[in-house]
Amino acid sequence: MLNNLKILYHQGKQYIPDVTKVNVPGIFRGRPIITKAQVDEEKLINICPTGAITASPIFIDLGCCTFCGECAIAFPDKIRFTTDYKIATNDRNALIVQQGQDFPIELNPKLIRKEIHEMFNGSLKLRQVSAGGDNSCELELNACSNVNFDMGRFGIEFVASPRHADGIVITGPITENMAEPLQICYDATPDPKIIILAGVDAISGGIFADSPALNRTFLKRNKIDLYVPGNPIHPLTFINGVLSLIRERKG
Amino acid sequence: MDYISIKNNASIPLSSIPVLEYDTFLASNLYDLMNETQNHCVNYYGYPENGKIRLICCIASDDTHVINVSSTYVVPGISYPSFTAHLLAFEKFEREIHENFDISYSDHPWLKPVRYSYNRIDNTKTIANYPFYGISSEELHEVGVGPIHAGIIEPGHFRFICNGEQILHLEIQLGYQHRGIEQLFLKKKNLLQRTTLAESITGDTVVGHTTAFVNLWESLCGFQPDRDLQFSRTLALELERVAIHTGDLSGICTDIAYQLGSSVFGRLRTPIINYFQQWCGNRLSKSLIRAGKTNFPFTQDLARTLTKVFEAYEPDFNEMCKELFRMPSALSRFEKTGVVSEADVRKIGTVGLSARMNGVCRDIRLTHPHDLYSEIPHQPIVKHHGDVYSRAQMRRQEIGQSIGYIRNLMENLPAVNTNRPALASPKTNTFAISLVEGWRGEICHCAITDEKGELMHYKIKDPSFHNWLALAIAVRNNEISDFPISNKSFDLSYSGHDL
Repeated sequence: MLNNLKILYHQGKQYIPDVTKVNVPGIFRGRPIITKAQVDEEKLINICPTGAITASPIFIDLGCCTFCGECAIAFPDKIRFTTDYKIATNDRNALIVQQGQDFPIELNPKLIRKEIHEMFNGSLKLRQVSAGGDNSCELELNACSNVNFDMGRFGIEFVASPRHADGIVITGPITENMAEPLQICYDATPDPKIIILAGVDAISGGIFADSPALNRTFLKRNKIDLYVPGNPIHPLTFINGVLSLIRERKG
Repeated sequence: MDYISIKNNASIPLSSIPVLEYDTFLASNLYDLMNETQNHCVNYYGYPENGKIRLICCIASDDTHVINVSSTYVVPGISYPSFTAHLLAFEKFEREIHENFDISYSDHPWLKPVRYSYNRIDNTKTIANYPFYGISSEELHEVGVGPIHAGIIEPGHFRFICNGEQILHLEIQLGYQHRGIEQLFLKKKNLLQRTTLAESITGDTVVGHTTAFVNLWESLCGFQPDRDLQFSRTLALELERVAIHTGDLSGICTDIAYQLGSSVFGRLRTPIINYFQQWCGNRLSKSLIRAGKTNFPFTQDLARTLTKVFEAYEPDFNEMCKELFRMPSALSRFEKTGVVSEADVRKIGTVGLSARMNGVCRDIRLTHPHDLYSEIPHQPIVKHHGDVYSRAQMRRQEIGQSIGYIRNLMENLPAVNTNRPALASPKTNTFAISLVEGWRGEICHCAITDEKGELMHYKIKDPSFHNWLALAIAVRNNEISDFPISNKSFDLSYSGHDL
């Protein structure tokens, strides 16, 4: 018992006091800024492994971007990744960053359903479904609940059963073999319920987008409430995105 | 000669692999495997060639440090005698060959589908009608778990047959994660796309699989990596081992409901993966390893930072371990739980942690060294009980060992080559193999190029491919409530298996 208390004492303060304002360490690649510098656009587009970059003018679709940073390494005057990790949104089009654009990516309050704000503002229970995820987003979603990020303090928790959940978080490009279990899990979640796509694979299929082993029809049938880009997602991106979703609806 | 002997990361003309009659192929490979405990099969797979299927068998010899490669042709629809009848380790290889190419085996116990790949021969077989081993008994009952599990974890289905609380039999059905990665390696023509695929094989072993891919690719292109590239890869492999092992110790504590251990190990992992972010911008080290170059050279500053990270990590880690491994309530859950005997380990052909947990010293770092491992006097940590305790202890000790290796490596930082030659095109009609010891165990990538130097076939074997069966055997006669702790102590990959 005394040993346990001693260990506890030795940990000091581990939690991040304010997850909405903290700076990430190192050279994290978050929201990119694209300048108006003239470059060989064809060469730039061909660098991207997932076709996230389109030309005239240059756009980067963060829903397709793997954040590998190769474009910024090849064209440092054209593209720079900032450490802005608040890149989750409920508007798919807001993930497409345009040349010259330098403002935060935010949720569109008008697209947040009224019941989300009313029902989940103080408490949100989520069921996670990995549908072909490579275990990187899964590790980061687990990290959201560890003592550092401590998402539970906002009443946001992952639960074991879809029947206890207010929504599902999908990772992975949704394989054919997971399409049916995903649908069953979603059907078992009581209304009202939300859908969150976590990571590039879930949002666009990522590097797997044109694989014949996928079945992404679930996404065509259902409305998506939050897109969280990243490869994998950063816990801070996820937590800030979900907090905005349950807090930011106005009127 | 019945085979050609090559070193790890060698590439050889495809035509130099001897083609044997199937009977000779079977007999000579079986002879090598059954008479020499130092030999084990690192990969056995097929690919289509002129209407037939060419089977390639790669057997690694631990004492001569080579890989013996041989091949044969078989015809779809025809039945052959199996390896499996003599060596259980081939059970899954042959099921895979059957699933993908319709090769039958006369004496294979059960040719069940492995992963329901999209390009399987028989599309009437679907994952929803998997033929589980069943029972008709009034005393016994079945418990089905998954594919979606209670935590944030990948999908797979576990079917238990229980006598009361006791597990008599467990069958593990996988395939839910199948994304068609091996075929995508052929379809995606650009090197960065392929590297991105390698990073996505399993997101918990990014360094392991990406190193296997780039080593293989550089070998195909005749590129000799500079010391600084090898240095980064070796260091990153050891650091990935530290990070994931720490996280696993946290998971093990969670599964015995020891909150303090779970929290402390969980938060100790954070500075390690944050360090990866400081190095390459990604907490799980995606974008760090590249073929023929590095975008993130290891600098003096990075070395100083890592030294500080370890200085802060070690006292807390050691204090926590000391407490955990002497706590009777923890030990009673660890000891003699989830045991796999040495005989079973050999039969199943497990690799990595799941082999070293019970007397089988299988470690590519020692036997087929790549990158800078030939300079590290590596002594694998081997345990002799094959239980949860052994697997937890190995993690504790391997973390200490890896930190030691990294410290030694950092004493001599190699100069960064700023004038690297560009990668040439891959050689034509070539076979290449790459083995890497990831934190979970041996990773094997094999590639074959065609007459234009394009990838014609790509084969990946994750350590989990064999190790899953060890978990199924481990839980027999355990209480079903001990399943989570056994499962976590193996920590196997679903996506690495399903590909």
